[in-house]
Amino acid sequence: MKLTINGRAREVDVEPEMPLLWVLRDVLDMKGTKFGCGIAQCGACTVHINGEPVRSCAYPVSAAVGQQVTTIEGISRNSSHPVQVAWVEHQVPQCGYCQSGQIMAAVALLKKKPRPSDTDIDSAMTNICRCGTYARIRTAIHAAAGGNAAAKKA
Amino acid sequence: MKTTSFKKSRRDFLVTSAGTGGGIALGFHMPSAFAQKVGAAEAANVNIWVAVNTDESVVIKYARSEMGQGSMTSAPQLVAEELDADWKKVRIEYADTNQHVRMKRAWGDMASVGSRTIRMSQEYLRKAGASARAMLVAAAANEWKVPAGEITVSNGVISHAASKRRTTFGKVAAAAAKLEAPKDVVLKDPKDWKIVGKSMRRIDIPASVNGTQKYGVDTQLPGMLYAAVAQCPVFGGTAKSFDDSRVKSRRGIVKVVSIDDGKAVAVVADNWWRAKEALKDVPVEWDFGANGNVSSASILQYFKDGLVAPEAAVLPNRKGDTDKAFAGAAKVLEAEFFTPYLCHAPMEPMGATVVIKDGRVDVWASTQSGEGTLAAVAGALKTSTDNVYVHKVQAGGGFGRRGGSNDFGRQAALIAQQLPNGTPLKTLWTREEDTQHDFYRPLAMYKLKAGLDAAGNVVGWQTRIAAGSLINQLANIPLKNGIDGPAVEGFDDFPYEVPNQRHEYIQRRTHVPIGFWRTVGWSQTPFAREQFIDELAVAAGKDPYEFRRKLLENEKKPLGILEAVAKAAGWGKPLPKGVFRGIATTEPYGSFTSAVVEISVSDQGAIKIHRVVQAIDCGYAVNPDNIAAQLQGSTVFATTAAMWGEITLKDGRVEQGNFDNYRMLRMREMPKVEVVLAPTGGFWGGVGEPGQAPFIPALCNAIFAATGKRIRSLPLKNQGFTLA
Repeated sequence: MKLTINGRAREVDVEPEMPLLWVLRDVLDMKGTKFGCGIAQCGACTVHINGEPVRSCAYPVSAAVGQQVTTIEGISRNSSHPVQVAWVEHQVPQCGYCQSGQIMAAVALLKKKPRPSDTDIDSAMTNICRCGTYARIRTAIHAAAGGNAAAKKA
Repeated sequence: MKTTSFKKSRRDFLVTSAGTGGGIALGFHMPSAFAQKVGAAEAANVNIWVAVNTDESVVIKYARSEMGQGSMTSAPQLVAEELDADWKKVRIEYADTNQHVRMKRAWGDMASVGSRTIRMSQEYLRKAGASARAMLVAAAANEWKVPAGEITVSNGVISHAASKRRTTFGKVAAAAAKLEAPKDVVLKDPKDWKIVGKSMRRIDIPASVNGTQKYGVDTQLPGMLYAAVAQCPVFGGTAKSFDDSRVKSRRGIVKVVSIDDGKAVAVVADNWWRAKEALKDVPVEWDFGANGNVSSASILQYFKDGLVAPEAAVLPNRKGDTDKAFAGAAKVLEAEFFTPYLCHAPMEPMGATVVIKDGRVDVWASTQSGEGTLAAVAGALKTSTDNVYVHKVQAGGGFGRRGGSNDFGRQAALIAQQLPNGTPLKTLWTREEDTQHDFYRPLAMYKLKAGLDAAGNVVGWQTRIAAGSLINQLANIPLKNGIDGPAVEGFDDFPYEVPNQRHEYIQRRTHVPIGFWRTVGWSQTPFAREQFIDELAVAAGKDPYEFRRKLLENEKKPLGILEAVAKAAGWGKPLPKGVFRGIATTEPYGSFTSAVVEISVSDQGAIKIHRVVQAIDCGYAVNPDNIAAQLQGSTVFATTAAMWGEITLKDGRVEQGNFDNYRMLRMREMPKVEVVLAPTGGFWGGVGEPGQAPFIPALCNAIFAATGKRIRSLPLKNQGFTLA
C-alpha cells in the first residue's frame, strides 16, 4: 500500500484492516502518535487526514491510501508551530502522553477557526488528559490564535 | 551508610579519574566500582549527583521518576541552587538503576510515590550541590593559592575579587573531582535562593510537544517482537489450557505462551496489533478458582459487617471516654460513608520491553520505581539484581499504578524468557486489560459518630474505618497493632480539638488487588471527615468555616491554610442567586490544603461548578508554577472520581473496561480553578497529591448547601447527579 505521510511517500506491506496507528508506530517507527484506548475514545492517536483530525487507532490503513496523512512529527520543524510554541510557553503538558493528540486536535481547530471561542474549544477538544491540563490547553489555544492573528497583520 | 571503605574507594577514583563522591558529607557508601560516563568525554564527576563537562554544561542526576509531576525539574533546582550553577547550562539525566543497586542504593530512594521527591530528598540534594560547589571552589583556591573563603560563585563562574581572577566550573571540575568531599557544608538561607522558588520551565516539556518524548511504550529495538496478554478475568484464577490452532500459522504470529503458572496467556508476534487480534482467537479455558462468584454486593456486605465487628484496632490518639461524652451530649449524630474501588487509568497503558541476553537483562519501562521494577524482574527471572538494567523513561502518567506492584515488569520478563536468547520483546496491555487488572484504590467504609453539647461544642468523636490494607495486602507486611497507616490518614493525626476521641480500623481483605492510588487514604478519608464536620456545624447552627476555625484554633498551619482559602474565596460574601459553596480542609503528605467549591444544581441534578479555589501551604514552594499545575490537575482527577469513578465486580471480575464506561472528565467539563499558594516556610511538604484531598468533600458540602442532600456514597452519578 502506498501512503503519503507528512508529505513523504511511504510504502507498507500490511493487512488493509490494520489501524493506521499501528502502521505508524510499529511499521514505520513513528512513535509520536500514541495508543491510549483503541476505541477512538481518548484521542491520544489523533492524526490529520487531509487536515481533518482522525483517531488513527480506529482508522484502517487502507482508508488512508491516496490521502494526505499528517502526524505530530509533520506539523513543523523545530517545534515552531504556534500551537507548539504556546504549549511550551504556557507549560501545558504534565506527563505529556496525550499531548501529541491534543496538539493535533488544536492545530486542526485553528485551521478551521483561527479565533476560536471557548465553546468552539469545548466542542473540538474532546481528547482525554488524565493529568488534567485542560485549563492550560484552553489558554494555549487562545494564545496560539492570537499569535496567528498577529503574524497575519505583520 | 558507613564510610570505612573510603580510602580504598578514593584510590580507585584516582585510578579511574572518574570522580569522587559526596560520600562522606552525604552519608552514602561509595563503592570502588564506580566509574561513570556522563556524556562528554572529558566530563568530570564532582560527586554522584553533579558532573561538569568541559563545555560548561552541568549534568545533574535525577534519581526518581518523571510521570508529569514535575520533580525531574524541581529536584535538580535544589542541587543547582546550592551549586550556584547557571540554570541555563544544567542538563538533567536519570541516575542509573543498575549502578544504584550495585552501589548499595547510593542515590537514595528512587521511587516517585507519596509526593515525597522534594520533602524526602531535599536535604541530601541540597547538600550534594553545596558539597560539589565547595569542591569546585577548593580546586580554584588551590590553583590560585588563595583562601577558599575569599572566593565567590555565581552562575557557574568562580571569582576571586582581590586578585581579579575568574574561572569557570568546566575549567576546574577535573581538579575538583580529585578532591575529598567536605565533611560538612552550610546550606543557604532561603532568602538567598535564586533558583529554588522560581518557576523554572519543566525540562521535559519541549519533547512532549513534538512527539519526541520517549515513553516505555515507545521503545524500539532491532528485531523486536511484541506481546499482547490476557490475564485471567477473575483475579487469582489460572489458565487450564488454551488453543492456538486458529492463529499459529497466521501472518506475523511467533508463539502463544502461558506464563506465571497460567495467570496469563500471551501471543507474541512481529507487530502488536497482530498479536492483539490473534489473542481474540485463542480460546482459553480458565480455572477461576474460589472467587468466581464474588460480586460488589457480597463485598459491600463484608465491609458493612466490618463497621460493627468487635475486633477493630484502636488508634493510639485515643482520648478521654467517648461513650461517656455521647451519654452526656445534647445531640448525637451518626453517619456512614462509602468510597468505591478506583482504577488509575494512566493514559499510557501498562507494558515493558525486555531483552535477556547471555544472563544480562535490559528493561525499558515507564515506572514510578526503577529499583522496584528492577527487583521484580530479577525475582521473576531468579537472577541477581546486579544482572538487571532498568532504563527509565518518561511515564505516561502514574498516579500510583507504576510504583507498588511492578507486575508489568515481572510479566514482560516472564514472556521474554520464553523467547530465544537476545530477542527483544515489547509487552503492551490493551486499555481493557489495564482497567481490569489494576491494583485498585481500596474500597472503604466509614462510620462516624459525634456528640455536641448545648452550646454546640463537639464533646466526642468516634470513627470506625473498614478498609483494605495496602501495607498488608500489597506490601505483604504484617500490620503493627492491627492498623494500616494509609487507610487511617486524616484520622491518625486528627487536627480538630475534641476532648473525647476514639478512632478505629478494621482490615477487610478481598481477592481484589489493591494499590496506592493518587492521594491514597487522603483521597477517601476527607470525604467522610470533612462532610461530617459540616454536619456537626449545621447541627450546632454554626457556619462551617467558623466552626472549623474554632476547632483548629491551636493548630497553626491547618488554621492558616483554612483562613487563606476562605479569604481568597471570599467566604461569607453573598453569592449570585442559586450558587452555593462548600469548604473543606486537609493535612496530606506534609502539606496543608483547603478548598472552596462554588456550584449550582439544576432540578434535574446537573451540577455546574462555577469556581474552585484550591489553597496549599507546602512550606517551601520550589517551583510555584508546577505546584499550580499539580493543583489544577488534582482538581480534574478528583472531579472525575467524584462524578463517575467506580470499579464494580460481577462474577469475580471487573465490569468496566475502557473510557466509554470508565468515564474521564473532558475539556467542556473543566471547572475554573484558582490556585492559592500560601507557603509559610520552615518545612517541605508534598505537592503532587495534596490538591485532591479537600476537593471532593468541599464539592459535597456545596451540594448539601445547594440541595439539602448529604452525600454518603460515591460516585455522584449513582446519587442522581450529572456534571453540567
